[in-house]
Amino acid sequence: MRHLLSTADLAKDEAIELLDTAAQMAATQSREIKKLPTLRGRTVVNLFFEDSTRTRISFETAAKRLSADVINFSAKGSSVSKGESLKDTALTLHAMGADAVVVRHWASGAPYQLAHAGWLDAAVLNAGDGTHMHPTQALLDAYTIRRHLGGHGGGLRRGGDDGVGADLAGLRVAIVGDVLHSRVARANVRLLRTLGAEVTLVAPPTLLPVGVEAWPCRTSYDLDATLADWQPDAVMMLRVQRERMSGGAGAFFPSPLEYTRYFGLDARRLAVLPAHSIVMHPGPMNRGLEISAEAADSDRAVIVEQVANGVAVRMAALYLLLSGSTEGTTL
Amino acid sequence: MTTTYVLRGARPLGGDAADVVLADGVISQIAAPGTVDVPGGAEVVEIAAEGHVLLPGLVDLHTHLREPGREDAETVASGTRAAAAGGFTAVHAMANTSPVADTAGVVEQVWRLGQEAGWVDVHPVGAVTVGLGGERLAELGAMADSAARVRVFSDDGKCVHDPILMRRALEYVKAFDGVVAQHAQEPRLTEGAQMNEGVVSAEIGLAGWPAVAEEAIIARDVLLAEHVGSRLHVCHLSTAGSVEIVRWAKGRGIDVTAEVTPHHLILTDELARTYDPTYKVNPPLRTAADVEAVREGLADGTIDIVATDHAPHTREDKDCEWGAAAFGMTGLETALSVVQQTMVDTGRLTWADVARVLSANPARIGRIDAGPAAQGRPVAVGEPANLTLVDPAATRAVDGAAQATASGNTPFAGRDLPGRVVATFLRGRATVLDGAPVGPAADTRRLAARGGAR
Repeated sequence: MRHLLSTADLAKDEAIELLDTAAQMAATQSREIKKLPTLRGRTVVNLFFEDSTRTRISFETAAKRLSADVINFSAKGSSVSKGESLKDTALTLHAMGADAVVVRHWASGAPYQLAHAGWLDAAVLNAGDGTHMHPTQALLDAYTIRRHLGGHGGGLRRGGDDGVGADLAGLRVAIVGDVLHSRVARANVRLLRTLGAEVTLVAPPTLLPVGVEAWPCRTSYDLDATLADWQPDAVMMLRVQRERMSGGAGAFFPSPLEYTRYFGLDARRLAVLPAHSIVMHPGPMNRGLEISAEAADSDRAVIVEQVANGVAVRMAALYLLLSGSTEGTTL
Repeated sequence: MTTTYVLRGARPLGGDAADVVLADGVISQIAAPGTVDVPGGAEVVEIAAEGHVLLPGLVDLHTHLREPGREDAETVASGTRAAAAGGFTAVHAMANTSPVADTAGVVEQVWRLGQEAGWVDVHPVGAVTVGLGGERLAELGAMADSAARVRVFSDDGKCVHDPILMRRALEYVKAFDGVVAQHAQEPRLTEGAQMNEGVVSAEIGLAGWPAVAEEAIIARDVLLAEHVGSRLHVCHLSTAGSVEIVRWAKGRGIDVTAEVTPHHLILTDELARTYDPTYKVNPPLRTAADVEAVREGLADGTIDIVATDHAPHTREDKDCEWGAAAFGMTGLETALSVVQQTMVDTGRLTWADVARVLSANPARIGRIDAGPAAQGRPVAVGEPANLTLVDPAATRAVDGAAQATASGNTPFAGRDLPGRVVATFLRGRATVLDGAPVGPAADTRRLAARGGAR
């Protein structure tokens, strides 16, 4: 694996290797000394053209736990906000000898360009690009699902602790909300399919893209029916951005209240789910809009754990990109 | 004294071989090989043209020359040199310059720059609305009456979306036999749009530009044109639905003409998967089904012309994120090859048809098919010697850096395309010989007449 740009590029064995490596990384994080010497002397640049404190801190933590030198390069307060081009930024990072560039960008495809335009020879990790992809989010979601639901899917082969070695065959995952603008949804649909899970996207028709029929999943406009009839093992709620809501050029739905009425996860809908099911959210949540406080704080919710797993998954991604395979290595 | 050219064994419109003599700016003889009289005394240049197709000089109804304002991307001189290299003898220069070509002053400036460059006839297109703002009509009459004799009006790059303004423009230009060339793009349906809306945009996460945003405007405009009895030209039609609407309108007798670009005849939205902004263009590259529909429309006459929408951009406007990049691609030097590959080599058009869609029809729509500088005329004795000699058997690899245009944003870089423009003649003077632009003697003559260089 040279770069991590899209979950569509991951073969099943690569995806499982990433998840298994993340499990090894997670195991080291319960030690008193959490820091590993693995990437000592390597430089990881967090290149953020879009604000995302959570994702940046998660990558920063991951790189530091692996002893890499971390440079944070934010579009705000840097030459980028003064009009420096993506190309010049890339050439600068190249000149400084970055080994890996973690890039968050408002433009779909910017990480792909960084990886392929010949400006840079570092490994590129896509930390979210426009409305395209967010591969480490999908990996941490898959990791979280595997930890909790190993053995629940019909075809899931029993792995070791935390589902190590296993795929997600037979599991059902409902992804609910603003699919149209969601890189999290695009990344998850691809990865979950590769790992053998079934996916249903649930959204008002305005928030499903034209062309979604070509995606390897089913779609529904009816959350209640999906929960009651399909009985998903995991429900992933997507954040609804305020500016997408109602009125003006947005007008994707009539009002926040109507959205919550039809697509919000609350205690009543939670009660319809199978007992073993889990509730997920990539954060940050709009409590009272796409998810109620009861649902977010229930014992089904694994939302805080997703954050912790994010560090382990990003450690695994950095490690595999910068050190090659895990074979013959002891963490 | 002007040079006399003898084209030996050329095939006018792809027909039987003939020797063709160009003298004193006109086609003076066309006769069976070896039977023409070559005038004595004059300077005579013989061109071995066996197997080459002789077409009337190509006429582009849709070129962006960028001057005034963006001379870093293209100038009238560099763009018209590229046009000559591509086999053109006339181009219509779009109005979205800076300042906008919305007054007699600006269109006369562009017209004069074209005259001075001397590569092709430059016919400025006038803006429909002041500053392309879509709010009030520009002084269309003044532009029509100017030295540039503007007959084509367009806010290209922007749509005249206000229906009452479009109605008024269609009506007003009837007074001087003008035509409104509409860039059909419903603005509200395309806010922030980056590429064709469909399977590919859904997957790669670029905001969609739906076909309906083009089709809805074309449908409205053909009905408006019918209502007020005006003629309408549809720029760069790109979808299967648009072809159907124009076909329906023509069947109803509505005076509408339509153009397709070379790139919409061959490229699809699959190319956006590379995130290479070279493929970012407006209207966007569509699906394979749309490509087939526009080829069919061009073959059956629903689409009247091929126009390049040559849109040069500086490297910095393309060397960036897709979402930040400019829309547009160059096309003057590849248009004829793309038409040959997609339409002639596939048997869907003859070379005579190519002469129709790339010369006669665009000249007629632009009303430049008569008068002392007539274009798009038949290849016949006595007609002005505006001609393009093409070697259809040649193949060439497109090299963006080697093109005559000042910009490198060709989507065909590295591709092999069939056909090569061997020579271009503008009223009997060679602007291209052996495939290379020939510095216009006209320039020197005109400058000398004025008493030196500026």
